[in-house]
Amino acid sequence: MSRLIVASVGPASSVQDGGRHGAQRYGLTPSGAMDRLALAAANTLVGNEPFAAAVEIGPFGATFAAKDGAVRVAIAGAPRNADIAGRPVAMDTSITLKDGETLTLGFARGGAFTYLAIEGAIKGEPVFGSLAVNARAGLGSPYPRPLQAGDEFTVDAASGAPELRIELPKPASGPIRVVLGPQDDEFDDANKALFLDSEWKISATSDRMGYRLEGPAIKHLHGHNIVSDGTVNGSIQVPGNGSPIALMMDRGTSGGYPKIATVITADVGRLAQTSAGTTFRFKAVTMAEAQDEARKYQQLIRTLPDRLRSSDTVELNIEALSDANVAGYAVSAMDAGTWQVTAEP
Amino acid sequence: MAATLPPPRLLPSGDSAVTVEFSRTIDDAANERVLALDKALAATPIGGMSETIPTYRSLLVHYDPGKIGFDALGEKLLAIACQKPPPSTKARRWRIPVAYGGEHGIDLEDVAKALNTTPDDIVARHVGGNYRVAMIGFTPGWSYLSGLDKSLHMSRRQSPRLFTPAGTISIGGIQAGIQCLAAPSGWHLLGRTPVRTYQLHRNPTFLTEPGDRVTFFAIDHKTFDEQDRAAEAGEIIAEQVIA
Repeated sequence: MSRLIVASVGPASSVQDGGRHGAQRYGLTPSGAMDRLALAAANTLVGNEPFAAAVEIGPFGATFAAKDGAVRVAIAGAPRNADIAGRPVAMDTSITLKDGETLTLGFARGGAFTYLAIEGAIKGEPVFGSLAVNARAGLGSPYPRPLQAGDEFTVDAASGAPELRIELPKPASGPIRVVLGPQDDEFDDANKALFLDSEWKISATSDRMGYRLEGPAIKHLHGHNIVSDGTVNGSIQVPGNGSPIALMMDRGTSGGYPKIATVITADVGRLAQTSAGTTFRFKAVTMAEAQDEARKYQQLIRTLPDRLRSSDTVELNIEALSDANVAGYAVSAMDAGTWQVTAEP
Repeated sequence: MAATLPPPRLLPSGDSAVTVEFSRTIDDAANERVLALDKALAATPIGGMSETIPTYRSLLVHYDPGKIGFDALGEKLLAIACQKPPPSTKARRWRIPVAYGGEHGIDLEDVAKALNTTPDDIVARHVGGNYRVAMIGFTPGWSYLSGLDKSLHMSRRQSPRLFTPAGTISIGGIQAGIQCLAAPSGWHLLGRTPVRTYQLHRNPTFLTEPGDRVTFFAIDHKTFDEQDRAAEAGEIIAEQVIA
């Protein structure tokens, strides 16, 4: 076995996986990765199950050191500068840390959460099938709290498998899509329109429980108290002050504020990766469209292994190349910045 | 009576969950229908559903839209929800010990003052109630109880406390509660119980279920300390009443 030492880490970094399901009826929040696609991509790169436990790294930097042997890892999610002793490491690739080497990750450049998956996955004692940290309930393994410098993981020795990169589709841009309800009838048409037509910003006080949205105050039709009912990831509740809160993975399992809309499954990770201060909009879609997108999202995660490529082959993205030609850009096929064609330096 | 309730409504809760709403208010008849639907689905799950969360007035059903769509699931749920609920089976009954007042129930005196009576009288009214676990939510094991004596209905504190201790027994609005973990709360704290409604590595991890009946009885603070140690070691302190 090797060890991976958390040499330094910022706040809001913790072990997360696909979440803890089946006990929401007892008030146990599901937790789990804020961006499930990024978690799955990182895990796929090192041959793990898509929702295996990995390190969710918050917006600040972090460093990880291999001890007692080599450790193979992969990073995906919010982009950041990464290097091993000055050698750059690309996002969406696997890399092997030799014994004694340190992987340094900078601040998130856009987005919030980056996932560090470890070959063989993080090991621990699951509770309700999950190692995910839920600090309030004292759950999570191997540490039932956010990570601190000095924490370490006992991990499989690196297999020596060839390094891989994963070609992810360009993330959707545009508004965060929602399905109205379950309590949209607690708001009149003008206030529903205000919610859908306004620009919103994520407040800096947001966390894994909820993203507070800054924008116009949304008024209720009959006041802000409803009898508590169940919540889901992406429920957008409107408390008394009219500032909506999008409930995230560490939400309470029930809540007593009217919920105007629910973020569609395919866009919850996109919302999670919207950094504080960034302006965005919502857009209402039909249930049929939302479910169609949810199925495509599931399909994308299922087929991530088909998107793995050898990390040391230069492949031109012909589609992107021709798109760019049509658009009239001057193209340099070796410009990785323009092309996302990852020829590693 | 259940017969007077309007038909249940389906409320979309995103693309992977649906709320079956029986009432907009706290209503024992609606809660019974919620629990009956929950029980029916546990006995005969609909393909594609994954998890249900009963609350006072509605059942939230999580499902996989890759396996069943909103329309098909909604139709099946409404069909079951509209059936006459089976006569409720015998509920489990728990007797829960409570150390009232003092450091364990810092609001007992204020509640008595607000209601123009004595702390002992408040305890007598709280102990005299027959409660039902209407739902569990917010934090693990937090059991919301219906059945609070009407004379104890009072609005919540103006400013919620950021910390209330594990095991807090409190009242808020028309509800009573058993809190398991330390948490923020705007309710009035009458006492503490050594009973853990949630304890990891204990069988069962969760003691109470929606639909269970609950009564309280007073213990002194010394007994609390003894039982608290026993509970910490994994003992189930609550007494189950065998009818």
